[in-house]
Parts: sequence; structure tokens; C-alpha cells
Amino acid sequence: MSHLETELQSLKAETVSMWNLVVLQLKKTREALLTFDKDLAREVMLNEKRVNAYELKIDRDCENIFALFNPVAVDLRFLLAVLKINNNLERTGDIAEGIAKFIVNTGADFDRSLLDATNAIKMFEESEKMLKDVLAAFENEDTAMARSIFKKDEYLDEINQKANETVASYIRQHIDKTEQALYILSTIRKLERVGDQSKNMAEEIIFYVEAKVLKHKPKA
Amino acid sequence: MSKIETKKVDLYYGDFHALKGITISMKANTVTALIGPSGCGKSTYLRLFNRMNDLIDNVKISGMVMIDGKDIYDRQTQVDELRKNVGMVFQKPNPFPKTIFENVAYGLRVNGVTDKKFIEERVERSLKQSALWEEVKDKLKKSAFELSGGQQQRLCIARALAIEPSVLLMDEPASALDPISTAKIEELIYELKKEYTIIIVTHNMQQAGRVSDYTAFFYIGELIEYDETKKIFTNPENPRTQNYITGRFG
Repeated sequence: MSHLETELQSLKAETVSMWNLVVLQLKKTREALLTFDKDLAREVMLNEKRVNAYELKIDRDCENIFALFNPVAVDLRFLLAVLKINNNLERTGDIAEGIAKFIVNTGADFDRSLLDATNAIKMFEESEKMLKDVLAAFENEDTAMARSIFKKDEYLDEINQKANETVASYIRQHIDKTEQALYILSTIRKLERVGDQSKNMAEEIIFYVEAKVLKHKPKA
Repeated sequence: MSKIETKKVDLYYGDFHALKGITISMKANTVTALIGPSGCGKSTYLRLFNRMNDLIDNVKISGMVMIDGKDIYDRQTQVDELRKNVGMVFQKPNPFPKTIFENVAYGLRVNGVTDKKFIEERVERSLKQSALWEEVKDKLKKSAFELSGGQQQRLCIARALAIEPSVLLMDEPASALDPISTAKIEELIYELKKEYTIIIVTHNMQQAGRVSDYTAFFYIGELIEYDETKKIFTNPENPRTQNYITGRFG
């Protein structure tokens, strides 16, 4: 294996580690939301520092590889993809932290009936699954799996669109729970962004493996 | 302890001040790249370590050049012994008009080794170290000139390794080679640093980035900057280094 290949492999391993951490952050946030476990939510907030540290390390590694090895073709595309995926992952980590903050800041347990009615937990599970699927696509250079993400993102968009009406109706009936209803609506908005980040990462994998640019194009 | 160290080295060719107070310390098992525009002193600096500059008329050297803590310009230093410890590979492959086997065995023979089995083992080991063995093992008795340029250069590296030096000097070792042969030499350097301390002069900035752990930038006989290659190539301290590595001058 050449020196460059060794460096790229090590960068890939680092990215996968960061990815797994972000998946875990989302999972813990979902559990904290379901069980209203503020300690777990605080743990997510603390672990955000680790996500940020990964981002800085991967940025620096990419910079070094660009500067030292002048990568071309697939190696260049891989590095460009990792740089952007790194950014997407960091933002996904921010999203988990943001939702964890809602949990910490909310006074009372979240109303399970609203969580069910808005499909918030379902949305959580779907966004976690999307993130894991894109990770598998990245690890195996599987562009078919990467493409499957686009359809799943539409599902998250659908839940997001219906949430406004569901939450508005809930607030009308439970005016005293307006704050937590708004937190749930914000959570749904944030999870919709997780879908967008996953979709962006899927596009980067396709760019890296197939040299095709899918940004701003219909995905069907 | 440093493997190689120079302290305030000045070198004059007659009146020409070619190296100006160069102080560098190099760790064992690292690759140090010497870069800089033509005439900056990098090859002169490289040739300090096997005392090749001694062969030039009117050379005057001051300061200290240490390998393994010993001043190699000390009167007690035997240049022949020094050169057993410090191998050198030049810009153009320069195999001897001998067989592949004899090229590698040459250094051993001139050093008085006669044990046939020992020589055979050492030749094989050196050719393996230089990543050439698989390509030449069935034609060891053929002339070295039958090899391609890239193979000849790896043969020269094997020849340098056969006497088991601990330091390897490389003066633009890939500049006369095609990209594939260059890549092989670069990979070889990456492997060889596990056992050797390597100093390489290169005009190819990308090559310095790819192969070296440390980089020294020379300009008109001065050491402008010496640091980890990562640092030099991402955030050099000195604007002159930045201008040179980005191709703005030189």
C-alpha cells in the first residue's frame, strides 16, 4: 500500500469513527427525549465537544494530505467528499446537541401523545437509520445504498410538513403546554435537517465513487 | 539524541560563501528534504555528510558536522569508514559496467569481504530492500545496463544499502525518472526510513511533501526555515518559504 493510500485509509477510519459517534449522539438524544432523561441529554451536550474535536482533526488531516500529496482523480474526490461530509457530520452533531438542550431546558415531561401524533420518535428513528445507511454506503463505496437515501429523506420532509398543523391543533387544546409543543416542533425541524445532511453526504459519496455531481438536480 | 547535526556550518568555495551558519538537527529514522532554488546550497549541504566537498579545490569548512555524536570533520575521522556509514544515491543512475549482482556486491568486495554465501545473502537482502529483487532475481548475471532507468536507480540504492550504512544521502534521486519509477523510488524512501536516516535534495516540491518528515528551505546559502514538512507545506513561518513553495519565486 502506498504512503498516500495509508493516509487516506486512516482518514477514512477517522471519519467512520466520527460518524459512529454522531449516530450514537442521535440515539442517546432520542432515548433522552422518550424517557425525559436530563442526565442523558447533558451527556449528549458534553459529547458534542468530541464531535467538534473530530471535525478539527479531520480538517487538519485533509489539509495535510492536500498539501503533502497533491491527490488527483479518485483520491482528490475522496478528500473533497470527506471535507464536506465532515462538515455535515459536525452539523448533525450540533442538531443532536440542540435537541438535548430542549430536553434539559423543558420543565415537564414531553407529552407522549404529542410525540406520537407528530411522529417525532418515528422521525428520530428514520433519521438515525438514514445516517447509518449513508455510513454503510461510505464504508462500502455503495452508491446504490447512497441513492436509497434520497427517497427516505422525502419521508422525513413529509412528517415535517404535517407537523405544523398537528402542533397548532395541540396547542389550541393544551395552551399550558405551548412551550413543550414548540420544542417538539423545533425538534422535528431539526430532524428534518438531519435528513438533509444525510442526503448531502449521500451526494458526496456518489461524487467520490462515480464522479457524478447530483447537487441541485432531481434525484429520481 | 540527534542522529545528524550541524552547528554553525560555513562553507566557502574560494571567496564564495556557499553555506552560511547552518544549524540543523535531524532525528534517526526520518526523511529530511532539502529544498530551494538552484545554487541555494542544498546539494553542498548534502555533500557535507559524506565529505564529498573535500574533493573540491579551495573549499573551506567551519562549524561542526556530527553523525551519531561524532564530529565527522575531526582529524581522526577516516573518510572511508565514514562513507561506509553514509551511502549516497545520485541524480542519474550510475550503475557500474558489471552484472546486476556485481553492482550490489561491489561495496562489499572493495571492503574486503570474500565470504561467498555472505555476499549472496547481502545482495539478495539489499535488492529486496530496494524493491528490485522480484524484477531481477532471475537475471542477476545480466548487465546492469539492461535495466530500465528506474530499475538502475533502485539498483544504485541497493548498492548503497549493501554495505549497511545508517544514513542515506539522495541527490535528486528521481529527477531523471518517469512518473511510475519516481513513485516507486518515493515509496521505497518511505519504507527505507524505518531502517535509515535519509536526507534528500529535491527540486520537486510535491516530492518533498510526499516523502519527507522534515523540510529545510535554503536560499542563497542560508537556511531560511527548517520544520516538520506538514508545517512547512501548510503554514510556513517565513514569507520567503511561502513564496518559494507556492511558486511565486525561485
